[in-house]
Amino acid sequence: MGRKLLTEHVNVEGIETFEVYRKHGGYRAVEKALKTMTPEEVVDEVKKSGLRGRGGAGFPTGMKWSFLAKPEGVPRYLVCNADESEPGTFKDRYLMSKLPHLLIEGMIAGSYALGARTSYIYIRGELLYVLRILEKAIAEAYAAGFLGENILGSGYSLDLYVHPGAGAYICGEETALLESLEGKRGNPRNKPPFPAVQGLYARPTVVNNVESIASVVPILNDGGDEYAKLGVGKSTGTKLFSACGHLNKPGIYELELGLPVEEFIYSDEYCGGIWKGRELKAVVAGGSSVPILPKELILKTAAGENRLMTYESLSDGGFVTGTMLGSGGFIAMDETTCIVKNTWNFSRFYHHESCGQCSPCREGTGWLEKVLHRLEHGHGSMHDIDLVVSVAKQIEGNTICPLGEAAAWPVAAAVRHFRDEFEWHVKHPKEATQPGAVYRGAGVLV
Amino acid sequence: MQPTTAPAKPQFSPAAQAEIKRIISRYPAERSKSALLPLLHIAQAEFGGWVSPEVQDLVAETLNIRPIEVYEVATFYTMYNLKPVGQHVLEICRTGPCMLRGSDELTAHLERLTGAKVGETSPDGHFTLKEVECLAACGFAPVVQVREQYYESLDTPEAVDAMLSELRGQIHRPILPWEETGLPTSLQNN
Ligand SMILES: Cc1cc2nc3c(=O)[nH]c(=O)nc-3n(C[C@H](O)[C@H](O)[C@H](O)COP(=O)(O)O)c2cc1C
Ligand code: SF4
Ligand code: FES
Repeated sequence: MGRKLLTEHVNVEGIETFEVYRKHGGYRAVEKALKTMTPEEVVDEVKKSGLRGRGGAGFPTGMKWSFLAKPEGVPRYLVCNADESEPGTFKDRYLMSKLPHLLIEGMIAGSYALGARTSYIYIRGELLYVLRILEKAIAEAYAAGFLGENILGSGYSLDLYVHPGAGAYICGEETALLESLEGKRGNPRNKPPFPAVQGLYARPTVVNNVESIASVVPILNDGGDEYAKLGVGKSTGTKLFSACGHLNKPGIYELELGLPVEEFIYSDEYCGGIWKGRELKAVVAGGSSVPILPKELILKTAAGENRLMTYESLSDGGFVTGTMLGSGGFIAMDETTCIVKNTWNFSRFYHHESCGQCSPCREGTGWLEKVLHRLEHGHGSMHDIDLVVSVAKQIEGNTICPLGEAAAWPVAAAVRHFRDEFEWHVKHPKEATQPGAVYRGAGVLV
Repeated sequence: MQPTTAPAKPQFSPAAQAEIKRIISRYPAERSKSALLPLLHIAQAEFGGWVSPEVQDLVAETLNIRPIEVYEVATFYTMYNLKPVGQHVLEICRTGPCMLRGSDELTAHLERLTGAKVGETSPDGHFTLKEVECLAACGFAPVVQVREQYYESLDTPEAVDAMLSELRGQIHRPILPWEETGLPTSLQNN
């Protein structure tokens, strides 16, 4: 088992309470930061760590922090993105409900580094029970003097609140999240201005994922350089992966970045192989928005090298033969999976979740869902296969926010790697629409 | 002509009012509209699991904003029910990872057991079936959410029966947003 920086104590009885968390070294990072470091030094440590945003885009966290505008006398905000709605992703919910104080500790250290006096955790509305867990932990932190006025006598004061959403994937997009936090519809904003300049209430704001903020705690405890020693190349540290689909042991795994994908899937220490003794067919490695890869390409790169669980290795080959690490939502599909049905299901998701502001996304996701539905249900034509690829292309790059691309990429990739399966649906509609029918390669029916 | 009596205007209970005050205090004074989403959650829990136009007006009045500002939000977010619902709303996840582990079969099974189709309420008024997108519990699929409770790994008839009989046994009363509910089983033991 590799090193665990976030979930080391996750199974300790009572770790969700302040007392037990503190006994296991909790809040040392806050003490260190507030008593011995300037805010700039905290930012520097995070820069040195090489930590990359764990929300999906992988943008270096330290660099994001250093971009925050700091006009005199204007409040700034740190907002934690706990919207976790990307299909396949269920790590933040786990982290928050098991280790609420880890997120709170990270929020205090991060807010100090950024000079925020009020910070918010925006949590998806479905997780109201997690909101209660966080609020209880926050109350404990106030009572212990780690939140509120003049924390640990440092002169630094911080208020921390949890804010619920109400069911909208788009509110995970950071500017939609800020709109939602202001009590509005979750419509993403045009950028620029970026949140670093005009974010919440038009004030300079940093939005970070739950896991990114939690990772600041081990970074401060051990030092950024120590953190950067873990992992491979620019994929430093550890990362939570949430594994689901047809695996023997789905669940949440904290890995030092760099584990071979094959080991992650098949080792008993991790996912324990494919369920029911079946073969792996395909994997969506980083949440539903990233390109799907067939078994051969997820285990090995096109050059024949072992694919590793790192940002670089997963994206090796670009979108032609690679994918992305994304949010770490790892969806495995066995040999009985219908790729057309799965692609249609995801398109329905994106169409349902499009905020509707830009027509390429609003109309395009509708077309994708409709045409894929037709293909899956045996009414499609060969032309339809090219049609979905061309609709996907027309969405890309023509929208306000990246949801458009998130809808387009998976469709383009599915057709790229599984074109014969789409064609089989067109040529053999009767067979393809039998319950449980699956294409198993040229000439093989069911 | 029959004299018509206007329906009684909804009012928040004292407990809800205290909670609302606490929530509004979290945002800058001139930004109290930020409390809109949390207030709609409170309203939905207080007034029978849905937000009627009258309830939305009450929320607007409470926050001192125009009613349209509430309507446009209430219609945007899927958690707010805009029509009356049964005693328990079963929110069934239909997204890819749950589908891979049998959410289609689960939905069909629940339709048979409750007598309601997706989008409908069962004739006895006990259950409303609603399909939702990914609930961030994909590793414990298939998943149903009922109010704040997650029911996970519903891939056997026994698990589904256990959920339904637990729900049938619960006397109907609104579970207010500040009341605690338990952890889903997946998080208890791993
Ligand atoms: C449609 C869409 C949904 C997103 N959902 C989430 C989410 O649920 N959680 C999250 O942390 N980031 C999500 N993001 C990414 C955020 O916009 C943002 O990049 C992220 O919160 C930044 O945090 P990080 O730098 O710590 O990763 C989403 C982006 C898009 C376009
Ligand atoms: S790309 Fe889609 S989700 Fe994003 S702003 Fe445009 S319409 Fe809304
Ligand atoms: S797909 Fe159902 S919980 Fe994620």
